[in-house]
Amino acid sequence: MAKAFAFLTRTRGRGDGSQRLHWTDWFTYGYLFLGVLLMFGPVIWLVMSSFKTDAELNNFPPRFLPYAQETVMLDGYDKPLPLFNITEGELAGTQMAQVRRVGIVSQMVALDAPDEIVKIKVKEREPVEQLSLAWENYTDLFERFNFLQFLWNSTFITITATIIMLLVNSMAAFALSKYEFRGRTVVLAMIIGTLMIPQTVVLVPLFLVVREMGMINSLWGVIIPGAATPTGVFLLRQYMLTIPDEILDAARMDKASEWKIYWRIILPLSAPAIAVLAILAIMWRWNDFLWPLIVLSRTENFTLQLALNSFQGEMQTQWSSLLAMTVLTLLPIAVVFAFLQKYIATGIASTGGK
Amino acid sequence: MARMISYCMRIIEIPMLYLQKRLGISRLAWVFLLPNLLLFGLFAFLPVVLNFVYAMTGSDQILLQDRTFVGMGNYQTLTSCEDFLDPNSCRDDLFWRAVYNTIWFVLLQVGFMVGFALLTALMLNSKIRARGFFRSVFFFPVLLSPVVVALIWKWILQREGLANAALEGMGFDTINWLLDRHWAFFWSVFISVWAHMGFYTLILLAGLQAIPRDVYEAASMDAASPFRTFRRITLPLLMPTMIVVLVLSLIKSVQTFDEVYAFTGGGPGSATTLLIQYVYETGFAGTPRLFGLASAASILLAIVLVILTFLQLWASRRNVNG
Repeated sequence: MAKAFAFLTRTRGRGDGSQRLHWTDWFTYGYLFLGVLLMFGPVIWLVMSSFKTDAELNNFPPRFLPYAQETVMLDGYDKPLPLFNITEGELAGTQMAQVRRVGIVSQMVALDAPDEIVKIKVKEREPVEQLSLAWENYTDLFERFNFLQFLWNSTFITITATIIMLLVNSMAAFALSKYEFRGRTVVLAMIIGTLMIPQTVVLVPLFLVVREMGMINSLWGVIIPGAATPTGVFLLRQYMLTIPDEILDAARMDKASEWKIYWRIILPLSAPAIAVLAILAIMWRWNDFLWPLIVLSRTENFTLQLALNSFQGEMQTQWSSLLAMTVLTLLPIAVVFAFLQKYIATGIASTGGK
Repeated sequence: MARMISYCMRIIEIPMLYLQKRLGISRLAWVFLLPNLLLFGLFAFLPVVLNFVYAMTGSDQILLQDRTFVGMGNYQTLTSCEDFLDPNSCRDDLFWRAVYNTIWFVLLQVGFMVGFALLTALMLNSKIRARGFFRSVFFFPVLLSPVVVALIWKWILQREGLANAALEGMGFDTINWLLDRHWAFFWSVFISVWAHMGFYTLILLAGLQAIPRDVYEAASMDAASPFRTFRRITLPLLMPTMIVVLVLSLIKSVQTFDEVYAFTGGGPGSATTLLIQYVYETGFAGTPRLFGLASAASILLAIVLVILTFLQLWASRRNVNG
């Protein structure tokens, strides 16, 4: 134990090991662990809560682990009956099942005599509980709500938009990095200019344009307008500039067409930048909210984000389904994060976009 | 899948080859640029022009030919106030409430966020174990969608939620967090700091790690105190990164909508209604749909953003050169 403590509190680079943690180190670790609690805690709380039954969710004060009351099937009753431990009175110490509750008195039956109803005060009993995950919160989503439809909409938008964006942006970046032509600086300046026009400030006219193209209430109305991004063009162009022109010249000598050079040489060589942009695009599209909110007004077109938002109004009391849905919405991003967190971090830091 | 893609590419090659022969290589660049420029033109530049048209016209029709010209009428509606400091005296009081909410929100959010991001970056930059782990922990919320962030915290802050349980456990009365205007505003700022802080921490950490080690060694040779080292070395050398972070966070903060809208819906009353929500509700959610007013408001917002973006370009250029 003492050895373990010494190991944990050992500091790096202070030589002989006789020196233990300085108070500033304690402060640092204190701050960081508090940060872990504050950053991860709410998400873990959400996941834990999503596995609780409705009854447990309404319990105040809430408990960390998902408990559920045990139930028992008895002859002569259609539904499973909740089990209770009797704590006071002459039946104290036995387990009974509750048939009905009327005010502060509950009608209960003994397990071996399901026909004899005994009246017991609510205060004199305690529920029998066990740890159990309420998977029905999740299965309900598929049975009672159009969850698969929302999932499909979100997935379709994310994948299609990412592919289109990568193609269009990499083509533009190729032209801007590998060709000398008149007007290149103008085009570059124009693309910088679009940095100043975020979607949020052109909502109304953008709505008109998309409407005139007949894309309101269509997933394409969400996909197409955001397909070209200045961030994407810049990121890819910056990377393509580092690819030596000699490779292109060699390919041209071998009579490769320009399209083939783009497709067979430039794209594979800029794979790292493309990967970073792909991760960013997936994140942008999966999490997108304001524009889908304006374009998609029919429930069957909703993305997961829109569905979550609209259900939180309707299902004020149905937290169990809402929490399960929230978990499923953050799951893909969490998985991507777990595997690719290094690339995500560098990608976001290098583009300044998220 | 891979075969399908390569098949598609070969089909595209046929017209591209034809164009290459017709136009020559250097003019082919425009063909490569075309899809991107078309999208920018249709969905960025055209809307900017149209935005001015909308802002100068009235009526609830979206089609331009059905709209009536009102000149500066929409701007006058937005800016006719007896007393600019008191939203109640304005013709469009919600707009001014949104303006003041946004100003407060931006000041508080950017202030706290950059402050905590700097502190966290400093902590992460010191000699600690498991730096990668801690860094990703602070970064994790950045990836969550705004609606998910809003719901996570709404669940904690609901009437019988974790926050109230903690309060009661400590012997205080429970609070209806999101129905009290001040608490609702506080938590709106809080969740948006929570959600975005990791991003700026990452940038600041990169800035800190770019500071050469030998400067610190020289300082420790001169027996400079940690505080003095921070003030005289870390802070000045980090300044360019700090400016980028400040401007970038200002630009994002002014446009906040998603998480606050999903969190409080702008309420209670209009206590957390921000500018973008005003634009959304005037133009799209309310009836009649006042497109002109929404456009005028978004042009005013755009002016602020343009100034901030110029600041950003200036700051990052200075960053590169110096």
